[in-house]
Amino acid sequence: MEPLLSLSHLVKHYATQKAVDDISFDIQKGSIFGLLGPNGAGKTTLLRMITGIFYPDGGTIQLDGKHFDPLLDIREIGYMPEERGLYKKMKIGEQALYLAQLRGLSKADAMEKIKYWFEKFEMQSWWNKKVEDLSKGMSQKLQFVITVLHEPKLIILDEPFSGLDPLNANLIKDEIYNLAKKGSTIIFSTHRMEQVEEICDHIVLVNLGKKILDGTVADIKQQFKEYIFAIETNHPEMIKDNALFSIIDKADKNPNKVLVKLSHAVASNEVLKYLIEQQIPIISYNEVLPSLNDIFIQLVEDTHAKARAFQNIK
Amino acid sequence: MHKIWIIIQREYTSRVKNKRFLLVTFLVPLLMVGLIVGSAYFSFKGTEERKIAVVDPNGFFKDKLKNSRQLKFEFPKDIDTSNYQAKGYSDILLMPLFESDKKADYILRSKKSMGFSLQETISRKINAAIEDQMLEKAGIQQSVLDSIHQSAQIAELKAYEDEGKSSKESNAALAMGIGYASGLLIYITMFIYGTMVLRGVMEEKTNRIAEVIVSSVKPFELMLGKIIGIGAVGLTQFLMWIIVVMTLTGVGLSLLPADIQNQLQQLQESGGQMGAAGMAQASESAKNIYALQHVLSTTNWPLIIGLFLFYFLGGFLFYAALFAAVGSVVNEDPQDAQSLMFPITMPIIFSYIITNVVIQNPNTPMAFWASVIPFSSPMVMMARISYGVPTTVPYWELALSMVTLIGGFLLTTWLSAKIYRTGILMYGKKVTWKEMAKWAFAKS
Repeated sequence: MEPLLSLSHLVKHYATQKAVDDISFDIQKGSIFGLLGPNGAGKTTLLRMITGIFYPDGGTIQLDGKHFDPLLDIREIGYMPEERGLYKKMKIGEQALYLAQLRGLSKADAMEKIKYWFEKFEMQSWWNKKVEDLSKGMSQKLQFVITVLHEPKLIILDEPFSGLDPLNANLIKDEIYNLAKKGSTIIFSTHRMEQVEEICDHIVLVNLGKKILDGTVADIKQQFKEYIFAIETNHPEMIKDNALFSIIDKADKNPNKVLVKLSHAVASNEVLKYLIEQQIPIISYNEVLPSLNDIFIQLVEDTHAKARAFQNIK
Repeated sequence: MHKIWIIIQREYTSRVKNKRFLLVTFLVPLLMVGLIVGSAYFSFKGTEERKIAVVDPNGFFKDKLKNSRQLKFEFPKDIDTSNYQAKGYSDILLMPLFESDKKADYILRSKKSMGFSLQETISRKINAAIEDQMLEKAGIQQSVLDSIHQSAQIAELKAYEDEGKSSKESNAALAMGIGYASGLLIYITMFIYGTMVLRGVMEEKTNRIAEVIVSSVKPFELMLGKIIGIGAVGLTQFLMWIIVVMTLTGVGLSLLPADIQNQLQQLQESGGQMGAAGMAQASESAKNIYALQHVLSTTNWPLIIGLFLFYFLGGFLFYAALFAAVGSVVNEDPQDAQSLMFPITMPIIFSYIITNVVIQNPNTPMAFWASVIPFSSPMVMMARISYGVPTTVPYWELALSMVTLIGGFLLTTWLSAKIYRTGILMYGKKVTWKEMAKWAFAKS
């Protein structure tokens, strides 16, 4: 399948730091793509290049097989930046209309789409209210509507759930799935790993301006697995360290669960066989894959990511 | 370019629809009229009256010091510096014994200190009295002197500007008034609309809407749309003021009693020359109104108004771009804005000071340079233009000034756009002038 967006060797330098330093990856059509990284890793700079706000210092961006032209392709992109806001004194309906028109919709088109989305999210009564009258969650919802209103091919959401209660977060999550099903491609940027695990098909992790991880969530978990298995039994005391595995944590929340790490080149079925031979009554036996959170921390720790966040352009 | 039009529309309508805009539009002309009428009223009514006791050992000042509305001279006996207050005088004037050609001191002692202009008036009156005394000594009779004084007052200077073969009546007082008023108006509006741009940009940055918008339009379009939209608000305001003032004048004239209106019409038809009989009939107020209309008609109003609009727009665009650049680098703290604004407001204030000097001397080299340098040209050139084009300001100077102003605002817009583009997306960092300069002059 042909990728919708293809970045190759993107570079963006600020005065004293390489915000984005030779990053390449592809994003497949209709996928939900997670762009992860610690604060100051270069995510926002990367997104600003994809949205045409910044010009890259090097490298190329291809959208739908063609060279990306910010002026023409802006219509195909919906961007919800992390730093997002609205005119406080402007009426909500007028504001949505204004922003949709800036995206390139005609007034009539914009009107029709706003009506559709406002109905969908039960926002019709908001039309004549001002943004300053909205709660944070409500204005987030409005932001989302404004972002996807013009039915862009590529939707970029930077921390879309910040400030949303679980109910509204689910509403938007469902809508993200919906849009992806209809063929939109979604880039989802965050440092909330549990959301990424839940939503994304494919992720890229950037740190210090470089790509350090690229793959599907399942592949990456396999790639970083540490051969750890959880054994649940009524007699945990019967499980002892041996040649096949070593116990790494007995005190799980569930006192009947024991976490073991398999020794090198031991197949998981050998362990199972051993447990049965020992007549240990097994309730469950399953592999524990690392969470993205663990992988993230493992990869980002020990680098100077924190120090970089405070580094200033002089 | 279609998008910039949408931005202009929003910037314009959101401000013009605002109640404050309507309030300012109608209240300012009323306030101005009120201010003029009020200050005229108080300068007439609110002046103090001074009763001055004069000690005159020479004895010839008694009939010579003329009383006026504010000054009453009396020559009581047995008065000195110790008792003049008790006797109800506000001041005492001690004359020296007069010896014809010696300069002497005249001492004025007062309960409350006297303003400068009143002091001037008194010394003028004393000098006139002495002059009269000398003339009388030389053999000129009092009655002759009186008639000379009276007829001398009839003379009135009528100045004409020679322009090729034709010459045009000019009026320096009116020119000064117009120059001063338009300079002041540009000064005030530059501040009002400049800071409006600054606040608009700051709003977009602190509300975090800037990034949402610049993902749809170029930062340059957003900045220019805002500047043009606000400039259009300013123009609308001026046009409304002109309409309001003209309507008020029209209404005022139509409210005049019928006979005065008739006389005014006759005066206009005859060009002020009604013949002795007619002139005698015309009332004082009709003559005054006619005189005012006549004076106003010596000015080329379409030229003044046209150039005013040009210099307002040019000056606004020149400074608005700078204000926008500053607004884009300010963070939440409004105090940052204050200190960053200072280098922009300084030249505006300085230009206003130059304007006040140039208005007295519109032909000096300083006047020329200040009216071609775009930092000050909007105000200074307006002050000079009121004295006449092309007599005081030759066409080439006007053209040069207009070209440098246009070039100036293209330059500031270009430099500011580069600062703006970086600043608007930068949060939580205090930006210095050095950094701004670096952004402005960075290539690409």
